[in-house]
Amino acid sequence: MTATTAAREAPSTRETPLGRRGRLQGWVLDAFGGLVLLYLFLPIFVIILYSFNRPEGKFNFVWKSFSLDAWRDPFKYAPLVDAMKLSLKVASISTLVATIFGSLIALALCRYKFRGATGIGLLLVLPLTTPEVVLGSSLLSLFLDLNWRMGFTTIVIAHIMFSVSYVALTVRARIRGFDWTLEEAAMDLGAPPLRVVMKVTLPLIAPGIVAAGMLSFALSLDDFIITLFNSGSEVTYPLYVYGARRAAFPPQINVLATTILVVSLLLLGITVLWQQRRLKQALVAPGA
Amino acid sequence: MAGTATASERRNPLAPYLLIAPGVLWLLVFFVVPIATLAKTSLAGEGVPWWDGYARAFTDYGGFMLRSFKFSLFATLVAIALGYPLAYVIAFRSGRFKNFLLGLVILPFFTTFLVRTFAWKTILNDAGPVVSLLQWLHFLGPDGRLLNTTWAVIGGLTYNFLPFMILPIYVSLEKIDRRLTEAAQDLYCSPGRAFAKVVLPLSLPGVFAGSLLTFIPASGDFINAELLGSPNQRMIGTVIQNQFLQVHDYPLAAALSFVLMAIITIGVVAYARVLGTEDLA
Repeated sequence: MTATTAAREAPSTRETPLGRRGRLQGWVLDAFGGLVLLYLFLPIFVIILYSFNRPEGKFNFVWKSFSLDAWRDPFKYAPLVDAMKLSLKVASISTLVATIFGSLIALALCRYKFRGATGIGLLLVLPLTTPEVVLGSSLLSLFLDLNWRMGFTTIVIAHIMFSVSYVALTVRARIRGFDWTLEEAAMDLGAPPLRVVMKVTLPLIAPGIVAAGMLSFALSLDDFIITLFNSGSEVTYPLYVYGARRAAFPPQINVLATTILVVSLLLLGITVLWQQRRLKQALVAPGA
Repeated sequence: MAGTATASERRNPLAPYLLIAPGVLWLLVFFVVPIATLAKTSLAGEGVPWWDGYARAFTDYGGFMLRSFKFSLFATLVAIALGYPLAYVIAFRSGRFKNFLLGLVILPFFTTFLVRTFAWKTILNDAGPVVSLLQWLHFLGPDGRLLNTTWAVIGGLTYNFLPFMILPIYVSLEKIDRRLTEAAQDLYCSPGRAFAKVVLPLSLPGVFAGSLLTFIPASGDFINAELLGSPNQRMIGTVIQNQFLQVHDYPLAAALSFVLMAIITIGVVAYARVLGTEDLA
């Protein structure tokens, strides 16, 4: 992608490229965009609303009456809690590993020119252009071939596999075009390699890595199709939710979904604030 | 890429390979090798010719395959129609709300995909307000319903992958040099023409990436068809999942999976040729 440089030079006029004319068209466009956002949001409103429902029977699909019961007792169903715990464990381990693996690849692709770099780029994109059902089933056929027992390990292996690409591509997009001569400057000034990594390289790439890590965690927590093929008898949170359509769909599922949303928003807010602070510091002391 | 030959590179030519080794090995062992095992499994039927799995995949399940591609194509087109204007508004018209609106677009990712699809089940419920409204407006007959219809499945697919359409289009629009459109207008180009001749062509890579990120997962998805559709809307993902996990007919299941992947890969390459962009990432 070479177009980035052109975009950076562009003055950031806050005006539509189609000029001042066509106020009405502009208004229609904005309204349409708003409706699309509403479409994206409708199910989220419903999820939050139905966490306050007191459903008739076992399935929380029809509105009955307002209640705080599910919020008062979010851990009422032990299997649901266990599934959530398993999902958090899988997401933590796979995110840690995938973030390290992916960031190293991104670093290599941005820092060095080496034979095979194009091939690596392709290898990273391919898992994203393969349907999940193919990723899941091919991994299953490997495990069947090796006679492995499906379970926690195979779930983690699968999650690392699909996260590595996302992490590598996200980090690469964020650190492309950095001024790596800073590292050499540090080395020329006599800084030992470890100190260079800690004081120059890591601070430069940290925001990209944090963003990629959050993405990886969210993907892992959310994954259903690939996990279904490789879970054996283990039940993650999405697998529990899928099974719940047969037995019972309690409002506690909505309570947990709402909690995940709120926690993610808080984390996102914190990282945005953190990055703004870093940016301010960088502006006060350029190159720091 | 801005990779310039640096001093550190000359110091250690092996460095990049050491950095990529763990991740690339993982992808080779758990992504590339499995595809090969999948191919091997698809040919491993006992007491039947090697192509038996493929023959059954096409004769018995070709219809499911076709339906999956039709639904996904439709969902992709709707996603472009909905996503492009929103991406445009965010890129050019949102002013200081830009980051906030982008945040709103990725917000759905923070609630579980499955729970969101279940929420659509609630929204489209026969007793729900949407169905009542459409019946009152006579868009639906008195017994008409939304759940278990093709519309519900396509709507669900569109919904689930819409952010993947919006974000790449936004990125490509954001990159456009505003001076280009200013120049077009200075030369008395009408806004519509400036859009068609300048903005649209420059945003095509985003449309391309977004279409792939929508079409590919949609064609393998079975959650929307299972939760929002009836057996009449069943897609190929359900079949593959059933054959692998319930029926245990591995050669057939692997053949189906392999064919799905092959068709998509061919489609992607052809699409890239047509749109003239092969830069995906």
